[in-house]
Order: sequence, then structure tokens, then C-alpha cells
Amino acid sequence: MQPQELVIISGKGGTGKTSIAAAFADYFPNKVLADGDVDAADLFLVLQVTETQIAEFQSGHIAEIDPDKCRQCGKCAALCRFDAIVTSESGYQVDARACEGCKVCVNACPHHAIEWKEAFCGLWKESRTAQGTLFHASLYPGAENSGKLVSFLRDKARKKAMDEGIPLILVDGPPGIGCPVIASITGAARILVVTEPTPSGYHDLERVLALAKHFQIPTHILINKADLETSYLKKMEDCAAKSGATVIGQIPYSPLFSEAQQKGQSILKAFPTSPEAETLRTIATILKQKMDESEAEGQK
Amino acid sequence: MKIAFSTNGNTLESLLDTRFGRCSRFLILDTETNHYEILENTQNLNAVQGAGIQSAQTVLETGAQALITGHCGPKAFKVLHAAGIAIYLADNRPIDELAKTFAAGKLAELTDADVEGHW
Amino acid sequence: MQIAIASGKGGTGKTSLAVSLFLANRDRSRLLDCDVEEPNCHLFLATRFVSRTSVEKRIPLLNPDLCKHCGKCVEACQFNALAEAGKAGILVFEELCHSCGGCTFVCPTGALHETPLKMGAITRALVAGKAELITGALAIGHTETPSLIRAVKKTRPDPEVAFTLIDAPPGTACAFAAAVEHTDFVLLVAEETPFGLHDLKLAIKALQKMEIPFAVVLNRMRPGFSSVLEFCKEKNYPLWLQIPESRAIAETYARGGTLLDAMPELEESLRLLLDQCAEAILCNPRN
Repeated sequence: MQPQELVIISGKGGTGKTSIAAAFADYFPNKVLADGDVDAADLFLVLQVTETQIAEFQSGHIAEIDPDKCRQCGKCAALCRFDAIVTSESGYQVDARACEGCKVCVNACPHHAIEWKEAFCGLWKESRTAQGTLFHASLYPGAENSGKLVSFLRDKARKKAMDEGIPLILVDGPPGIGCPVIASITGAARILVVTEPTPSGYHDLERVLALAKHFQIPTHILINKADLETSYLKKMEDCAAKSGATVIGQIPYSPLFSEAQQKGQSILKAFPTSPEAETLRTIATILKQKMDESEAEGQK
Repeated sequence: MKIAFSTNGNTLESLLDTRFGRCSRFLILDTETNHYEILENTQNLNAVQGAGIQSAQTVLETGAQALITGHCGPKAFKVLHAAGIAIYLADNRPIDELAKTFAAGKLAELTDADVEGHW
Repeated sequence: MQIAIASGKGGTGKTSLAVSLFLANRDRSRLLDCDVEEPNCHLFLATRFVSRTSVEKRIPLLNPDLCKHCGKCVEACQFNALAEAGKAGILVFEELCHSCGGCTFVCPTGALHETPLKMGAITRALVAGKAELITGALAIGHTETPSLIRAVKKTRPDPEVAFTLIDAPPGTACAFAAAVEHTDFVLLVAEETPFGLHDLKLAIKALQKMEIPFAVVLNRMRPGFSSVLEFCKEKNYPLWLQIPESRAIAETYARGGTLLDAMPELEESLRLLLDQCAEAILCNPRN
């Protein structure tokens, strides 16, 4: 059986995407989790995690000058467009932070003194949680985030789900609208966009919906902090209708999300009887129903 | 004719991987002999950008005349189209089933990119 | 003096603070919007357009008559910006090009030469008479975020303007690094939540590695919550401004207003905040 993948994205940061993802992690019984928000991977903070595997993640390459072979001809420094070849008392060196990984110096060095080394952009982890296996990552400071790491985590989650016959993969996607977001939604069964009624929230929602439409993925919108400015509801509904998406629910501006975070829990666990938790359970039920329906349709 | 399928599996029963640029491997099926070969797409998975462009070149080298995949971005489309490879879009169904659907002429050919590359 | 306003994650109120700090100090500062993938400072300011300049990069241009299809350029390109498309020859994907010059360098027949291409724009606008807002905007599909940020930072200030404020992109990845590198000081905006604390720690780690001094601005303070506050106290990190959690601020923001619109009484604190930055910069033994 093919597991279904539900991806939660937001466009703008800070809309409450991870808090909603955590609530769903508590709601859905049997799933694998992936935190694709590798820049600010916070999901693990509200799930009690035990890391079972940890490894470096390779991405691109970086040049390194071997001082024993270098004859100080300076050809590399003359060709480098990124000011990444610097001189010190001990001769030419590569400034790792400035190196773009273009390999021009490696190819140009007449003495083959520049090595081409694999670069590592962070760590990826597999963790055990009460809510299921979680695949997550942490980027090294200043490293380049890319769709590649997000795709890698999704692949790990998919493999786990296939191997163990788990029907659902829940992905906390990256913010923004760039390459990592595309990498997080391609081939997904369903998207939930968590947005907020603010100028930048609305602006990014439009772009995220256009993206989802292009990939032909069924998409729902959850408006968080909905009561801050109610005039957005109509605009967001219109915007959703244009791209074939639906507004699936609204949650008011509520301090309970931060309070649940403080307890290291999702809102469903911390405040199970609150109206916010009730609304989220209803939304999750509808999502589940819709995913079951499209799966049944797919098998016909 | 030779057809390339994007997949995560190793056999004709394997499912199509709807991702083109970042699929694990390609299955190249020769429809005359029904023989197939598997080609890893590892290098593409390690590319920070332009995975689709690299995958397109990989498919080109196999001599396939058609590609069946789930989505094809504008850059990969440009390469495949320029090289004269026809692209057909399908769901994540078993490859043997899709080969039959294709033979029956029931897969639609992609004439324009269905995916925007960057936003 | 260059002072960047940054945060480990999005949605902490960074842009709102940057714009408010700029407005409160408009007589002595200018603002650079370096969140070039999503520049939005201008959404919160009444601006008068002055000028726009293109930012170019160099891309390879192929002369098919000279190309022998050896494939050396495709092999040399580490960014997949060149592709061999069978009988159609070499294709160039300009958006993916990093302008490293590697392909023209290896081409044995001189079939490639470089030509300029627009990858973004820098817009200059005035706020409240003469305060300057400089906005960098990356053209859609392009990936050279750090280069454009560096170009925005190279724009020259009026010598009478003492402070250059920089609204940095969120996160701690390469775009953040490009925005904060070579600045004199960074104000880190954090929110008083466990997520906020975690992301603040990441940002601090990045700044310490780059050896840039910083202070923390704590947003969304609520009674009974103090994890970020205690963390700063314990580590002896300067915490210079605290902003309460307030529905009124959130509502003002939803309507397109800034922190300063919601709390005009902050003006004096925001002037003091900049003075504090200046003092820290002048006392920094490195300077």
C-alpha cells in the first residue's frame, strides 16, 4: 500500500504552522513524521524525542588548497569570482564561507594542488517519539538550505512508512515560497496551508495556492488568528476558490498555543477540552475523510 | 521503442515515482523485447539545484524516445523537448500497467511544462 | 554604522521592529530591505519613489558556429546551468548560473563568452521627506540571494546619515549570513516561546561564529513566561527592549500598521535603542 502524505505549509513564517502540525501529530493514530522546516526545525520541541540515528548531510562541494602542493602561482585567486581565495602568511587558502563551490580553481590549478571536498550542510536525525518516528534535521549556521535536504527527509519518511505499512506521513513543511517548499509538496496527497489575516500572510497565500494548483494537489486553508482582522476571510475564500482550494476552518487569536508550547506539548494534549482543540479535531477529521475518499477513488 | 519511467522500485510491478528530477532511478523498457534495465539517478539526488536538468540528460543518454513521469518542470522539459523526447504524465501506478495504457494510446502527451520551476 | 535587525525564524516581528526603529530615527538613519526574496518594509511605509537600478550578473552566451559539442562546459558547471540536449546542442539556464566563469574558462574553441543579465533591482525611495528606504528585490526564478544582498549593502549612504539599518531575511542560512556579515551590530528579535528560544539560540550561534556583537529584543512578553529572559540573564546576553504580547499590536499589524503605530509611546525607547547600539559599537575594542 502507498502511504498518503499530508504536507503543512504557510508561506509567511510565524503563522502557527508547527503548532498545528504538532496537534495533528497527536490526532492521527498511525503515521511517520517529517520536519521539513529545516531552517527552524521546532517540531521536536513539542514531541518528546529520543534520537535513534544521527548523521551528517552532504550538499555540494568545497575547494581546499593543499599547502604542500601549492606553488603560490596565484592563478586560483585571479580566477575566483567570489573572493574566496585569501592569502595569509602560510600562502593561499580557501575562505570556506565565501566559497561558492564552482570548482573553477580546482580545474584551473596547474599543480593539482586544490582538492574538491564534499561539503556538509547539517545533521539529519531519526527520532523515536510517542507520536511515531520523526525525521528531522538541523542546518549548520550560515549553510545553504535547499530542496535537497527536504526531499531527503521525505524520502526517509516514505521508506519507513512503506517498510512498516504505515498509512500516513505528516510533513511540517518549510516557510516561504521557494525551492524548499516545492521540494516539500511534489507528489504529496494533500496540502494544508496555515495562514493569518495580515498583509504578508495574504500575499504569500496567493503565491502558495498558485504553486499547489500547478502541482494539482488538493489544498485546504486554515486561517489562524482569524478574528484579528475579519475582512480577510472573504478575500481568502475568493483566492481559494480561484485555485480550486477550500477554507477548511478558522481558529481565533489564542494564547493557548504558546502555553501548550511552554509545556512541551501540542494544544490537543495540553488543553484537550479547549474550543481551539475541538476545532482542530474537527478539521483533522474532515481532512482524514477527504484523504480516505480520494484514496478510495484512486483504487477504483 | 524504448520508454523511460521514473520510479523508486526495481521491477515492472514497481510504482511510478511522480517526481522526475529527484526520483531514485529510471526503468528503461524496450517495448519490442519487453526487456528492461534500471538506471540509478543518484547523482541528481545530490545536486543542490537543477536536478531536473540532470535527470533529463540521463534519460537522453539511454536512447529512450519517450518518458513517463508525474510532473516535469520547465527546465527539464526544455532539454527533453529540444532532444525530441516525448513526455507523458501519469499517476503513481505500476509500471507494467502504465506501459499497457501507453501502448493503448491513452496517456496524454505533455506539450508544455506543467510545473513552474521556481517561484 | 551598519546595524542589522534579524531573527532565527519568521513571524517574530522583525520587519515591524525594523520599520519602527527606522521611523523613530528617521532623522539619522536609512533602511535597507535585504529580505530580497520577499521585501515588504515598503508595505508599512508611505514612500516616494526616487529611482530604480538593475543588478546584473554575467551569463554565458553560446556561439553555435564555434561549438564542437565536446561537453566540457556542461561537465565544468557545478550548478546544472548548462545542458547537452542531443542534436539541439548546448542549452543555457541563465537563472541557475552563478557567474563563476567556469564554462568560458574550459571551452577549448571560444564558443562561449559572457554577457550581462538582469537578476534583480534596487529601488530607492524616500520616507517622510528625506529618510531613505533602499529595497532589493530578486527577479523571480533567480537564486543569487546573497549577491543581491551584498549589492544592496554596497549602496552609499549620505555622509550625514549616521546609521544604516538592515532588515535581514529570517532564518540562519546563507541569506541571513550575507545580510549580517561585516555589519557592526545585530539586533536579534525573539519571541518569548520555546520555539522562539530555540531559534534565538541558533541565531546567536551563527553570530558568534561570525564574531558579530548583538543584543536581543524580546517580543510577545507574557506574564508567567520567562524562558528567553532567563536564558539571556544566565548567559549575560544584553536584552535591550521588551515588547509585551498584545492583541492591539497584532490587530494593528493585520491592518498594515507597525509596532510604532500600535504603541507610539515606544518612540523614545527606539531612539535610545539605537544610541545603545552606537555606544556598543564605539566601545567595541575591534573598532
